[in-house]
Amino acid sequence: MDYFLELFFGGLTRGSIYALIALGYTMVYGIIQLINFAHGEIYMIGAFVALIVAGVCTIYGLSGVSILILAGIVAVIYASAYGYTLEKIAYRPLRDAPRLSPLISAIGMSIFLQNYVLLAQTPDFLPFPRLIPEFAFMEPVAYILGSPELVILVTTLVTMILLTLLIKKTKIGKAMRATQQDMNMARLVGVSVDRIISLTFVIGSALAAIGGVLVASYIGQVNFYIGFLAGVKAFTAAVLGGIGSISGAVLGGLILGWAESFAAGYISSDYEDVFTFGLLVLILILRPSGILGKSTKQKV
Amino acid sequence: MTVLLSTLALLLSMTATGFAADTIKLGVAGPHSGDLAPYGIPAMRAAQLVVKQVNANGGILGKQVELLIQDDQCKPEIATNTATKLVTDGANVVLGHICSGATKAALGIYKDAKIPVMSPSATNPPLTQSGDYPNFFRTIASDDMQAKMAVDFALNKLGVKKIAILHDKGDYGKGFAEFAKKFVEESGKAEIVLFEGITPGAMDYSSIIQKVRRNDAEALIFGGYHPEASKLVSQLARKRVKAAFISDDGVKDDSFLKVAGSAAEGAYMTGPRDLSKIPLNAEAVAQFKAEYGSEPGAFFQEGYAAALALLNAIQKAGSTDYDAVTNALRTQYVETPVGKIKFDAKGDAEGVGFSVYTVKNGKFVELQ
Repeated sequence: MDYFLELFFGGLTRGSIYALIALGYTMVYGIIQLINFAHGEIYMIGAFVALIVAGVCTIYGLSGVSILILAGIVAVIYASAYGYTLEKIAYRPLRDAPRLSPLISAIGMSIFLQNYVLLAQTPDFLPFPRLIPEFAFMEPVAYILGSPELVILVTTLVTMILLTLLIKKTKIGKAMRATQQDMNMARLVGVSVDRIISLTFVIGSALAAIGGVLVASYIGQVNFYIGFLAGVKAFTAAVLGGIGSISGAVLGGLILGWAESFAAGYISSDYEDVFTFGLLVLILILRPSGILGKSTKQKV
Repeated sequence: MTVLLSTLALLLSMTATGFAADTIKLGVAGPHSGDLAPYGIPAMRAAQLVVKQVNANGGILGKQVELLIQDDQCKPEIATNTATKLVTDGANVVLGHICSGATKAALGIYKDAKIPVMSPSATNPPLTQSGDYPNFFRTIASDDMQAKMAVDFALNKLGVKKIAILHDKGDYGKGFAEFAKKFVEESGKAEIVLFEGITPGAMDYSSIIQKVRRNDAEALIFGGYHPEASKLVSQLARKRVKAAFISDDGVKDDSFLKVAGSAAEGAYMTGPRDLSKIPLNAEAVAQFKAEYGSEPGAFFQEGYAAALALLNAIQKAGSTDYDAVTNALRTQYVETPVGKIKFDAKGDAEGVGFSVYTVKNGKFVELQ
C-alpha cells in the first residue's frame, strides 16, 4: 500500500507540473487555435532567469525561501515579457495567414530560443541551487512525500485556483471567455481582442515560468534543452485532457503524471514513454477531442 | 652498361637482404592521413621516439630496430592491404592498428603469418575476448574493463550482495550496464535485483528510486552520463536510500560535482587512471615536446607503451620467434608510460587503464 502511495504522490507531483505548463498550451489554443510550440522554451527561460537571480541574490547574502520567491517573481516577469514579445513578432503578423504558417513560425521560434540560450549561456548542465528548504518528515512519510513535493503541489494548487477565479469571476476573464467563443463577436461588443490575446500569452508564460522555477529547484539542474521534453509532455497532457479546456489540461496533466509513475513503478521505466504515449493514442482513438474536450462542429 | 646496372642491382639486393637479417622490424600501422590522422600520428611518433632511443643505446639483441610505417586510414579494406605489405616486408612485430574495425580486418592476416600485434587504441571487447586472435594485445583498456572494475569493486571492496543496475538506454550507458550485469552473474557472489533503463531528461526518477529501495539494493550501478547521475544521487539522498552509487567515466566529470553538490559525496565511479604520477609518462611527454614542440595528442602514451612492450618482449625472449615473444608478453612485466604492465591470456593489459574514484569533499579521489 505504501508503495502505491509513493507512486501516487510521485505521479501527482509530476502531473501537477505538466498541468501547470499544459495550461499555457490550452489557453492559447482555446483563443487563437494555435499550438504554441515555443511554450516549452518559455519554461526553460523561466528556469534560467531564476538561476541568474538566485546567483545574484546569493552574492548579496540572501538565502533560502526569500531567494525562491524573488527568483520566482523575476522569472515570471521576464518569461511573461518573452511570451508577449513572441506573440507580437511571431504570431500576430500571421493571424490571418493559413493555419499552417503560425504553426511553422512557432516551431521556428522554439528552435531559435533554444539556440539563443545555448549561445548566450552554455550548452552545459548548470547546477541550480535547491531553494526549497528540506524538512525532515517522520520515517514512513519521508519515503512518500518530501517538502519539495509538498511545495510544488501547494504552489500549483494555489496558482490554479487563482487562474480559475481570474477566468470565472473577473471582467478580464469574461472577455477572455468571450474571445474564445467568437473572436469577431467579441470585437463587435467592444472587447479589445488583441489585448486579450496578449494577456493570454502573458498568463500562460507566467505559469510556465513558475513550473520552470519549481522543477529546476526540485531536480537541481538546468540546461538549454530542458524545455523540449517538458513541452512535449505538457502538450500531450493538454491534448489528452482536451485541448482548449482548462480543467482538461489539469486532468490531462495528472493522468499523464500518474500513468508515467505507475508504469515506471509497476512495469518498468524502460517503457515509461511507450506507456504514456500509447495511452495518448488510445484516448485519441476513443475520444478524438480528448477527455474533457468538446467536439465542436467546424465553423462554416 | 646493362651488366653494370644488373651487378649494381644484385649488389643492392644483397646488401638489402644482408642488412635485413641484422635488424628487428617493427611495423607501425594506423591512419597517418585523412580525417582520422590525429589518432594515428601520435602512436607513430611514439614508436619513432622509442626506436630512436633504443637504437642509440645499441639496439636489441645486438641488432638495430627498423621501422616499417604503413598508412591504413582507419579503413578496413586498406588495413588488409597494409597488413599484407607489412607481412611481405618481414615485420617481426606490429604496433597497430588504431581503429577497432581496421584492426579486426587486419588481424587474420597477421595471425596466419604468426606476427604479434599490439594496438594502442582499439577498445572493442571481442578483439581479445572472442579468443579468435591469440596474436593480439592492447595497451588500452577495453570497453568492458570499466564495468569489470566497477563490479569487482562492488563485490570485493564493498561486499554487496544485492545490486540494482540502471542505464540511460544509450549505446555507451547500456553497454556498460549489460557488461556489469554479465560480470555480476558470472561471479555468483551477488544478486541483481533490478535492471532497467531510465529516460534521460525526465523530470524525476522517484519511481525507480523507490524500486531500488524496495528491493533492498545495497549498490546501484549506473551506466550513463553525469546529468542523469546527478539527478539519481540527489533523489537517492532525498529518499534516504543507502545504496552505494557506482558509475562510469561518463560521470567522472566536474559538472557532476557542481550539479550534484553534497549529494555526490561518497559516490564511486571508474575513470581513466591518473598518469601524471608515473615517471615514465612525464619522460615520454618531455621527449615528445623536445622533438616536436607540442603536446603529444591522443594515444601517444598507449603507443609508447606498446612499442616498449613489444621490444622488451623480443629482448626478454632472446629472439623474434612468435611463441617466445607472445610468451614473454604474457609473463614479463614492463615499465611503460601507462604503468607497469603485462598481458593476460586474452591479450588485455593488466595494470592499465582505469581506477575507481570516489567523491570526497567535493573532489574526485583515486582509490588504490
